[in-house]
Amino acid sequence: METLISPLALLGRRSLAAFAAIGRVALFFLSTLSHMARPPFYFKELLQAIISIGYFSLPVVGLTAIFTGGALALQIYSGGARFNAEAVVPQIVAIGMVRELGPVLVGLMIAARVTSSVAAEIATMKVTEQIDALVTLSTDPMKYLTVPRVLAALITVPLLVALGDVVGIMGGFLVATERLGFNPAGYLQNTWDFLEALDIISSLVKGAVFGGISALMGCYYGMNSGRGAQGVGRATKSSVVAAAVLILAANFLLTQAFFTI
Amino acid sequence: MIELRNVHKAFGSKHVLRGIDLSVDQGRSLVIIGGSGTGKSVTLKCILGLIRPDAGEIIVGGEPVTTARSAKAREAFLARFGMLFQGAALFDSMPVWQNVAFRLMRGHLKRPKAEAREIAVAKLQRVGLGPDVADLYPAELSGGMQKRVGLARAIAADPEIIFFDEPTTGLDPIMAGVINELIREIVTEMGATAITITHDMTSVRAIADEVAMIHAGKVRWSGPIAKMDAATDPYLQQFITGSAEGPIETLR
Ligand SMILES: Nc1ncnc2c1ncn2[C@@H]1O[C@H](COP(=O)(O)OP(=O)(O)O)[C@@H](O)[C@H]1O
Ligand SMILES: [Mg+2]
Repeated sequence: METLISPLALLGRRSLAAFAAIGRVALFFLSTLSHMARPPFYFKELLQAIISIGYFSLPVVGLTAIFTGGALALQIYSGGARFNAEAVVPQIVAIGMVRELGPVLVGLMIAARVTSSVAAEIATMKVTEQIDALVTLSTDPMKYLTVPRVLAALITVPLLVALGDVVGIMGGFLVATERLGFNPAGYLQNTWDFLEALDIISSLVKGAVFGGISALMGCYYGMNSGRGAQGVGRATKSSVVAAAVLILAANFLLTQAFFTI
Repeated sequence: MIELRNVHKAFGSKHVLRGIDLSVDQGRSLVIIGGSGTGKSVTLKCILGLIRPDAGEIIVGGEPVTTARSAKAREAFLARFGMLFQGAALFDSMPVWQNVAFRLMRGHLKRPKAEAREIAVAKLQRVGLGPDVADLYPAELSGGMQKRVGLARAIAADPEIIFFDEPTTGLDPIMAGVINELIREIVTEMGATAITITHDMTSVRAIADEVAMIHAGKVRWSGPIAKMDAATDPYLQQFITGSAEGPIETLR
């Protein structure tokens, strides 16, 4: 139980703890990279992770994107009407989905779906001594558990983002053509003409970074779980919060890096 | 073969090991007894390098285990060990036979899948489990069966050093007898060095060459099994007789 202390002291304590945590996460990240580069490689585990992280995330990504794209079209249409700019719907939906909403929403959905399950699974393995058992069976948990999940996220989340971008634009397209009276061929032409390569590259890069953050946070909090069921619960909660906050912060930094020239 | 000198370990303010001195010779069977929470499991984990002691020396086969080593050397070190964890610690993502054959399916002991499965089934047989268990998942087994699968996994690659953490806890007396015999066989036939933790005095008498009793973070008594009953240490006597009266505090 935490006793009540002054908010200022709490803030100080929390920021010190946060800096220490950032250091530990950075070390964990470097260690993951170095394990990625050295054998043994566990391909079967990688394949399993690709299926559970990538394939099984398809429905949730599709649903998120289609509703968001549709809502975006409605918003831009009604907002644009205030200064007679209803016609920009295709362009703004495209840029909004590809640059911003596609990667961020997919990233947050992955944090909800993948980070939580990875953290809970690894934390349970930790509290039931399965991680210790792995080590005694000459298998490095970083190589066997962390590397396949992080690699799988780095590979699949950009693809999920690409899919989210397309489905989101489709959602906008459906709403614009069915409800707002846009011409289908003109809508697609406008979307296609407007998007630049950098928009798409930034989208995919964001996807890779957010995927990496999601998997890494799940593994980190899982591996460092406290004891018992309470430890697992706490690890899972912290991993999702950390992944979500890091994704939003990274999104800001990446947007700044790509689009302020 | 294995020697611990003055090993200390604390978790936060909880000082669990307060100077453990132990040794086992090659091909001998040491049994560690002692109350719950006295640090018996922690002691085994220190030897395996799963927990880093705060102070003291642990030597296995003439080499200290605490020094940092390369990944390769560490793998070679661990390849000599088999360990049965107190909670069995089976991988619940894979069927029983893959748990048992885990070491035989990757790394430098890797062999064809069919052969690994054959060995796994044979080891399961040795712990009294039929081939029908091989394809079940750990979650489908009772606690006692999980324990025996863990035992089969520990001996699967014929290690030279084997640790058993409470191998008979949760087993019926007949199965406990079978497991005691198996452990005895592994030591006498395979010439393995064994450390077993148990609360079960029948097991102690069946398995042990040497006995060590841990109390309050130290080895309270140690010696050959033949001398155990004649020993005058009141702590040891209380433990052997299972009496509530004696120097070991029981909170009631
Ligand atoms: N990883 C750990 N972190 C904190 N405390 C631990 C840890 N492992 C063991 N302990 C504590 O150390 C003490 C001894 O544990 P253990 O060796 O499992 O006892 P036993 O002799 O029953 O096997 C217990 O009080 C336990 O709570
Ligand atoms: Mg124990």
